[in-house]
Amino acid sequence: MNAPESLSRRLFLVRGAQAAGLTLGVALAPGLRAADGHTGATPKAAEARLEASAFVALTPDNRVVITIKHMEMGQGTYTGLATIVAEELDAAWNQVEVVAAPADERYKNTLIGMQITGGSTAIANSWTQMREAGAAVRQMLLAAASAEWQVPVAELRTRSGEVLHGPSGRRATYGELSVAATAQPLPTAVTLKDPGDFTLVGKQRLRRKDLGKTDGSALFTQDVHWPGMLTAVVAHPPVFGGKLKSVDDAAARAMPGVVAVLEIPTGVAVLAETFWQADQARKALRLEWDEGEGATLSSSGLIAEYRALARQPGALARGEGDAEGVLAGAKRVLSAEYVVPFLAHAAMEPMNCVLHHTAGGVELWYGCQSQTLDQKNVAAVFGLPPEKVKINTLYAGGSFGRRASFDGDYVVETAQIAKAYGKPVPIKLVWTREDDTRAGRYRPLYVHRVEATLDDNGAVSAWRQRVVGQSIMGLAEREVDRTTVEGLRNMPYAIPNLRIESLNTRLPVSPHWWRSVGSTHNAFAIESFIDELAREAGRDPVEFRLAMLGDHPRHRAVLQLAADKSGWGKPLPEGHYQGVALHESFSSYVAQVAEVARQPDGRFKVVKVTCAVDCGIAVNPDVIRAQMEGGIGFGLSPLMYSAITLDKGRAVEGNFDGYRVIRIGDMPEVAVHILPSAEPPTGVGEPGTPVIAPAVANALFAATGKRFRELPVGPDLFA
Amino acid sequence: MPVSLTVNGQLQSVDVDSDTPLLWVLRDHLHLTGTKYGCGIAQCGACTVHLNGQPVRACSIPVGAVDGQQLSTIEGAASPAARALQEAWEDLAVYQCGYCQSGQLMSAIHLLEQNPNPDDAAIDQAMGGNICRCATYGRIRAGIKRAASALAGEVKA
Repeated sequence: MNAPESLSRRLFLVRGAQAAGLTLGVALAPGLRAADGHTGATPKAAEARLEASAFVALTPDNRVVITIKHMEMGQGTYTGLATIVAEELDAAWNQVEVVAAPADERYKNTLIGMQITGGSTAIANSWTQMREAGAAVRQMLLAAASAEWQVPVAELRTRSGEVLHGPSGRRATYGELSVAATAQPLPTAVTLKDPGDFTLVGKQRLRRKDLGKTDGSALFTQDVHWPGMLTAVVAHPPVFGGKLKSVDDAAARAMPGVVAVLEIPTGVAVLAETFWQADQARKALRLEWDEGEGATLSSSGLIAEYRALARQPGALARGEGDAEGVLAGAKRVLSAEYVVPFLAHAAMEPMNCVLHHTAGGVELWYGCQSQTLDQKNVAAVFGLPPEKVKINTLYAGGSFGRRASFDGDYVVETAQIAKAYGKPVPIKLVWTREDDTRAGRYRPLYVHRVEATLDDNGAVSAWRQRVVGQSIMGLAEREVDRTTVEGLRNMPYAIPNLRIESLNTRLPVSPHWWRSVGSTHNAFAIESFIDELAREAGRDPVEFRLAMLGDHPRHRAVLQLAADKSGWGKPLPEGHYQGVALHESFSSYVAQVAEVARQPDGRFKVVKVTCAVDCGIAVNPDVIRAQMEGGIGFGLSPLMYSAITLDKGRAVEGNFDGYRVIRIGDMPEVAVHILPSAEPPTGVGEPGTPVIAPAVANALFAATGKRFRELPVGPDLFA
Repeated sequence: MPVSLTVNGQLQSVDVDSDTPLLWVLRDHLHLTGTKYGCGIAQCGACTVHLNGQPVRACSIPVGAVDGQQLSTIEGAASPAARALQEAWEDLAVYQCGYCQSGQLMSAIHLLEQNPNPDDAAIDQAMGGNICRCATYGRIRAGIKRAASALAGEVKA
């Protein structure tokens, strides 16, 4: 056993508003819908729960209910966090249930400082906290049994949801002990398990805890229905930065089911009894817009402008040695520009939100990714204190970063509609696919310019890289936005003269984080250019990288593992070619070898990806594999097909016909290899994504001798 | 206009504009919300249901065009193929966010009912209309094969 750890403030094992004892839960049970089909609160979840701590409740019928502070969007956090609690609690996996946490500072992300799901931090920030939460309740169960049986705690042990007393053979389930255990004081210190004793953490496949996803019963925002609820759609300005000039809503108001047409800060809302009625009426609005300065924006213009900016000095993000001097004196300088477009997140469930404003306050139901922020933003709309805003976090039908915004965009839009309407009925805002795709909040367009030179031994002696594009954090032109340079400023290669610069631009198109954020473009530029330099030096791309990774054992290990498992350097079938890439993001290390195969028509398929990942202790190996597979698939879309193109200030693509994403026939076989590790666990939601584009681009170079420096490389290349 | 449909074996009547897409009748009128809205233009497959046994995209069929016909949705999926697929989906942890999976399963159910032993090419063909942004495609292939094996085993037994 480890030495006891003191219970730190981060534990937040304080009980809720009600002291330990009977709490009538009204929490939503994932995957189960209410008897009335409306709220998602099940009779089962609403049964008596005995709250042991902010994170764990026990029930007399022997269930363990774990409160999950992070939003489940498919990344497996309900499973992951429950695994950690259940491990230290010695609960049986099949007695574990989960509920979503309310908006409450007790549930803040300990790494970010507010309640938010993002940055691949769910496991990383919760690891110790959830272990302590499980261990504390286990100790309460032991204390309860000790008192009841009049035996020393030292003679008791726990196993799979039971407390056992060896000498007497007595045993009791956690359910039988639930009342007594939850009446115990919370311990002031807990003892955590030795990782060697783990029985759930590291198990190959535990059944997921996000239920109801194979029979249509899982409750998404889109599925919430309240009696009397109205559905809202909003006509937004067609041009980024545009404003409403005038609206003639006479025809729309006369349409069946339409209840109101309302001007709100973001456009014109139509409220109707059903979605279809609202959407049809929106089409009947006669709208005039002041298009503003954004009406001249185009992607092609921006790329030309950014390419020019990339030839001028930017703000220094990292500087070592004298890159400028070495490059100026070099006989041969290699340079390349990499261009990536705007990208929409295109979660399967377009943005939406259900809100009910009454005299008593505001209640919301939706896939909420940043509860305390949204709570404050909604409260501000109504002039209420934040505690008058209750958020019920539902499953999100994907997010990829989209649902976590500082200003709560579509959530605040729902609040504005409810405020403008003024009547206390539930309102569901529905964005169509087109609304969602054209709303901005994009991964920004970036241009990178990289210059480097090799010394006489073929090693990189100088490297200068500039990145030009919008600052997601909204910083001024010459401030360094860490999200712009993440993965770049900390590139691991030992290069004696290194200079990283960034330049922020400002556009009326709102920028946003997109699965792996800065790494989406930085990994593409770095790992493509490293490959170019390796070829220039006449060296093997894996060996070339390894030679520059002396101080980075975890980078080295994943790269070596991916190379070994992929058969790197060994003969391949005819028409097959491999490319490699390596990147660390969010403190997880990923290397991938992509294999492409030339098809009879001359085009290519990505047939196989070998992925090695080091994310510390592997809490749920199968969830890690799933996130690597999914991250690779997510990153393949922008490599192959996806781009939002601006023309005359408008997003050209509005739906999946134009904003193309991969389909099943594009998906390669993915083999994931997890490095054994004793390091604290880190995230896996994002780190699989940034590596695949350069790995495939490098494989395509091996196949064609051509470099692919602009994304997407395009559908013509793929069969 | 009143429209009658048999949905999952039950006769349903709704009074609705006949141009209303079937999807929104299922969701907003019948409250069968397992069938999902994803694109509205038959591009993503999240709204896949079976019309007289054939997979169709409910977002792009006016309800007036299916008056008197037989529909099945994920809520009524109970055939041996459906059960085997749902079990495989759980066993292999196929889903992630889950939003597209009703549509994926409805397409997969029809595939297995037509072809009890599909290979990758047949799977990619049958499932090509269903987008999954979580990119669970590899596990969808594996899930279909596992369900096919389970069904074959049951037949032999």
